[in-house]
Amino acid sequence: MAQSPKAGTRKSAAKKSDARSRANGPAPLSRDEETEAYRMMLLIRRFEEKAGQMYGMGLIGGFCHLYIGQEAVVTGVQLAMREGDQVITSYRDHGHMLACGMEARGVMAELTGRQGGYSKGKGGSMHMFSAEKAFFGGHGIVGAQVSLGTGLAFANRYRDDGKVSLTYFGDGASNQGQVYESFNMAKLWNLPVVYVIENNKYGMGTSINRSSSTTDLSQRGASFGIPGEQVDGMDVRAVKEAAERAIEHARSGKGPYILEMLTYRYRGHSMSDPAKYRSKEEVQKMRQEHDPIEQVKARLLAEHSVSEDELKGIDKKIREIVADAADFAQIDPEPDVSELWTDVLR
Amino acid sequence: MPIDILMPALSPTMEEGTLSKWLKSEGDTISAGDVIAEIETDKATMEVEAVDEGVLGKVLVPEGSEHVKVNTVIAVILGEGEDASALNAASAAAAPPAPAPAPAAAQAPAAPPVQTAPGAAPQAPAPADAEVPDGTPMADLTVREALRDAMAEEMRRDPDVFVMGEEVAEYQGAYKITQGMLDEFGPRRVIDTPITEHGFTGMAVGAAMTGLKPIVEFMTFNFAMQAIDHIINSAAKTLYMSGGQMGCSIVFRGANGAAARVAAQHSQDYAAWYSQIPGLRVVVPWSAADAKGLLKAAIRDPNPVIFLENEILYGHTFPVPQVEDWVVPIGRAKVVRTGDAATIVSFGIGMTYAMKAADALAQDGIQAEVIDLRTIRPMDIDTVVQSVKKTGRVISVEEGWPQSGVGAEIGMRVTELAFDWLDAPPVRVCGKDVPMPYAANLEKLALPNVDEVVAAVKSTLYL
Repeated sequence: MAQSPKAGTRKSAAKKSDARSRANGPAPLSRDEETEAYRMMLLIRRFEEKAGQMYGMGLIGGFCHLYIGQEAVVTGVQLAMREGDQVITSYRDHGHMLACGMEARGVMAELTGRQGGYSKGKGGSMHMFSAEKAFFGGHGIVGAQVSLGTGLAFANRYRDDGKVSLTYFGDGASNQGQVYESFNMAKLWNLPVVYVIENNKYGMGTSINRSSSTTDLSQRGASFGIPGEQVDGMDVRAVKEAAERAIEHARSGKGPYILEMLTYRYRGHSMSDPAKYRSKEEVQKMRQEHDPIEQVKARLLAEHSVSEDELKGIDKKIREIVADAADFAQIDPEPDVSELWTDVLR
Repeated sequence: MPIDILMPALSPTMEEGTLSKWLKSEGDTISAGDVIAEIETDKATMEVEAVDEGVLGKVLVPEGSEHVKVNTVIAVILGEGEDASALNAASAAAAPPAPAPAPAAAQAPAAPPVQTAPGAAPQAPAPADAEVPDGTPMADLTVREALRDAMAEEMRRDPDVFVMGEEVAEYQGAYKITQGMLDEFGPRRVIDTPITEHGFTGMAVGAAMTGLKPIVEFMTFNFAMQAIDHIINSAAKTLYMSGGQMGCSIVFRGANGAAARVAAQHSQDYAAWYSQIPGLRVVVPWSAADAKGLLKAAIRDPNPVIFLENEILYGHTFPVPQVEDWVVPIGRAKVVRTGDAATIVSFGIGMTYAMKAADALAQDGIQAEVIDLRTIRPMDIDTVVQSVKKTGRVISVEEGWPQSGVGAEIGMRVTELAFDWLDAPPVRVCGKDVPMPYAANLEKLALPNVDEVVAAVKSTLYL
């Protein structure tokens, strides 16, 4: 095992320690927040499982990168965001879209390349956008979204509108040159951006230890003066707490902030990846001991006196949403042939 | 022997400059490395250092002199034991230069291998310009000034427009295109970036995705290769990939093509490269009027626009209509000179060869029609075809390379659309199929020239 997520949150050495003690773990979520986190993470998981199934049936083509295992990251960050804050990420983007409030139907129909998809079937799994939900993609070039996300923050600063850009990228992208070009400008101009590095330990099939000279990615902004911290990305409470701190930092004019989310993807890099570069035991251990959904479920039952029946009710509702999305994505027609020629230019 | 101090060339394309200040007086002792004078080019004020030692014997060009050509003798240094009497011999060869009227043809040795006079008016009558009503007042502006005016006017008009790039603000532009803009618009809208093309281009595209309208200046388009992923994958494709939800109104502009003696990595024409990409517009102006009107149109365009300028053309002067809001629509070619013998199609600096060649051909009684494409994508092939149907011949002129070049596209489209009207195969005059060499003689050979255009036209006439 390359590196296991650390319990709790470790603040960067470069930064003064937070007033709150880490010894007691992250601050608890309210019953409503836990329930919402459970609902969202379950939606993402069930959606992705269905997408994987449909890919296997040949209904989804091309590349399809599943988010299973990483659900707590986007869910926790979303709990800390404000209306209008922007999200931009890589091609492993289905979870981010659902967390932004985009409809499961529209996302799934895009995966199947149908006219009701968010991009009218012309973008596919890796390229989806929602101007309405401030979701800026879905980008297929590793690291490109980091410069673009910094540009969203530049626009926020230009307009002085108080919005923050949540720019996600993986451990693989963290070695791209443009990431550091962006860090430099973001700090130089104190742009309101939070860089969320989803460190799932593998850039495709290469473990972080084999690709990166230093593996504490939270410190990758240190030479630019950007504070960073490592966060247990499997614990939605820790994610939310750290994201609140980071977003507040960015919104208050102090500039960028890096959150390295220690997380794990259960599936291969994409549907076509057999993931032979890691052991079954490694994956099993993560699923059994750190699963983000199971953690929330246990707390809901034990600490928030939510009944099994209530949880089953949520599960049922989620299954219905996903089934409906899958049905829609199969009956919705392919885009009209005239769409070949539209949206090239305005 | 007294030593001549020559007017130095302080940039690859400098042909002349202003001797703004003498820091040494006649009779002063000079050591090598002493700053002796200040010279102002169109880009910057530079210091001139002495290379030789001695006494400043005579100042031949007084301070304040404008349009002093490169290699003019500006002063004479006397060596040990020499006195003023030695000057007669030296200065006899160096008469003070008469102030050259701008824009003058420069024939200095350091001049770029462009054989045309900057901004020389075509000698044959040009067709009436439908875009400019008779009686419109005109002002002579350099391409540089026209570009600056276009940006400034659009920034006054739309608060979402801003300009960013290397040295655009405090330095006033590496090529002085953004001169004065920081003063007027402030650092929020005129933004100096680090030297980080990939990063700042992506950043500008991200800002454009939110609805802002950035103008990204590349010091030259050679450096935009660092950023080409964002230009193509992020800017050009997002509208399509988002099903029309999210576009990118952005202008990428800067110097393109060969300058002078800057060799392979700094001398390349990208017109053909970008013209292949759906989702982009590609504009290459030649005249100052088009530079201004097309840049204003590019800034207003809701799509990403590649705006290819040329360092040598920056200093060329053309008449520009003085109207309230001079906008030239993207996508329309212009018949710059009418004729019936052959159709020469060019764009950008290629127009200088084309116009010169048309003059030369006219001497032989051959009236060539010259079309300035102005926009490469979308290409106004109708205007070309219409002309070819009249002349039966088409010759393309560009500095870019032959394979898959703009000329290849013109030849193919004319063949598709006007095959039955052609009396000769389409011919292209273009840059030679080699990286740009440094040596002056080889560089000259690598670029197209007027004689090649003349010969190409004559070949289509079987002369």
